[in-house]
Amino acid sequence: MPAKKKAIKKKATKKKVAKKATKKKVAKKKVAKKKVAKKKVAKKAAKKKVAKKATKKKATKKTTKKKVAKKVVKLNTDAELFDSILELIKITSTVIPDDVQKVILESLAREEKNTTAEYAMNIIKSNIEIAKRKIQPLCQDTGTIIFYVDVPKGYIQSDFVKICHKAVVKATKLGYLRQNSVDTLTGKNETMNIGPGHPSIHFHEHNKETIDIRLMLKGGGCENVGAQYAMPYNALEAGRDLKGVRKVILDAVQKAQGKGCGPGVLGVCIGGDRGSGYINSKEQLFRKLDDENKVSELRDLEKDIVETANKLGIGPMGFGGKTTLLGCKIGTLNRLPASYYVSVSYMCWAYRRQGVTLDKSLKIKKWLY
Amino acid sequence: MKKLNYPFQKEDILDLSVGDMVLISGKLFTGRDAVHKRIHEGTKPPVDLKNQIIYHCGPVILEKKGKYEVKAAGPTTSIREEPYQWEVMRDYGIVGVIGKGGMGPKTLQGCKDYGCVYLHAIGGAAQVLAEKIKSVDNVYWRDLGSPEAIWELTVEDFPCVVTMDAHGNSLHEKVEGESGNALKGLL
Repeated sequence: MPAKKKAIKKKATKKKVAKKATKKKVAKKKVAKKKVAKKKVAKKAAKKKVAKKATKKKATKKTTKKKVAKKVVKLNTDAELFDSILELIKITSTVIPDDVQKVILESLAREEKNTTAEYAMNIIKSNIEIAKRKIQPLCQDTGTIIFYVDVPKGYIQSDFVKICHKAVVKATKLGYLRQNSVDTLTGKNETMNIGPGHPSIHFHEHNKETIDIRLMLKGGGCENVGAQYAMPYNALEAGRDLKGVRKVILDAVQKAQGKGCGPGVLGVCIGGDRGSGYINSKEQLFRKLDDENKVSELRDLEKDIVETANKLGIGPMGFGGKTTLLGCKIGTLNRLPASYYVSVSYMCWAYRRQGVTLDKSLKIKKWLY
Repeated sequence: MKKLNYPFQKEDILDLSVGDMVLISGKLFTGRDAVHKRIHEGTKPPVDLKNQIIYHCGPVILEKKGKYEVKAAGPTTSIREEPYQWEVMRDYGIVGVIGKGGMGPKTLQGCKDYGCVYLHAIGGAAQVLAEKIKSVDNVYWRDLGSPEAIWELTVEDFPCVVTMDAHGNSLHEKVEGESGNALKGLL
């Protein structure tokens, strides 16, 4: 919201509060007058009653005052939250995170000169620069809008959802997001990214007083090349162990070719059920590219997958070349004895994820990537 | 680096081969899923597509005071049009398709039979490509929604790589085959 509008809104609320206050003053005077009149009639019993009424009225006045005060605070924090979410969407859609940019530039340097691979990576590089400079979406498919929100104990989630929806609509009107939500049965795309499942918001309670919001914009092209394997996967003789897991992850990379706008990053979950596995695979994509997996077997596997995938020769956009993957992040969930899933989510090079920590007034305090 | 200028000529198309880096200048029509489905179901396109290029793209376009402003315009995944694309080549005489991810055997055969070429734009490069769009000249089938409508665009030096030519060659087939063989050795 522009500063001017906000100021006008604040003024308007102040005026309203002021009006209410004058009304109350008038009411007070009336009560006082009544008191005097009744005193003149001078019956003890009546006096007592009036006194009681007066105290009652005083009490109610106090609570209404408090309510008004609370409402004003809430209006202000609502506006701050709206601004913070809108800013988060804007930056996520238009600026590539530093850790991703670093890896993209490294891979550009690695490609052979005067090849289509180098050509593609150079265009990607200038695309990143232009999007940031013009504050316009890196990719026109602004993707599924996925929020992960860490909230303090007792936080009312429906409050967040309401403001979040408003911010998404505004971001769509401003062109940071494309009108991207289609009614599956009618094929109509009429809402501003609001509808069943859109945006996708995941809440998590944490032991801090602050709110952390992470956002990922995941395009359809890369989502379409995601894959889930129920192990054992006989076509590759892949069993229920990390050797088998390695086989199916590499198979997913080979099948994806350049269709997911490579070079990409994999988020992988081993275990879970079909639903939780895919969700966890996306959560892996919130990890920084340069972080290290705490589980040593997984750390080795992540490294191995990237190195091996880059020997496949698929290259940027599937043109052939040295960089097929920019990274791979693997996590696990427990599974049933009968199930062993490997869920692979593919993220395109236009890796749009950001996050913020909000301060108590719900302004952005810190960027997370 | 090769150039492809409007009006597009059959000879220029036949001259292109897989791996060529091409800069396109002239007119493009966007068309993606809903457009292809509607044409396939028997509705005639609202514009003459003979010797034209179709761009698989769902742009972000804002309307300001009756003027269109292109905010982002990269390619979308082409393989979804695989069932229909060859028909549009046969029935309406398009000479080029721009998209990403490549297309399959039906389209490759169509390219060969009707003298057409598949040009791969850089997926996700919505800003670089939007800058190459010099004007938005018209819009058709708006009822399909903004990303799905047919936008008539004028572009200058729009960068692409030929990945399927009119002579039966597909870079996608080649890379898929080679990477499949490489994978067998690495598992």
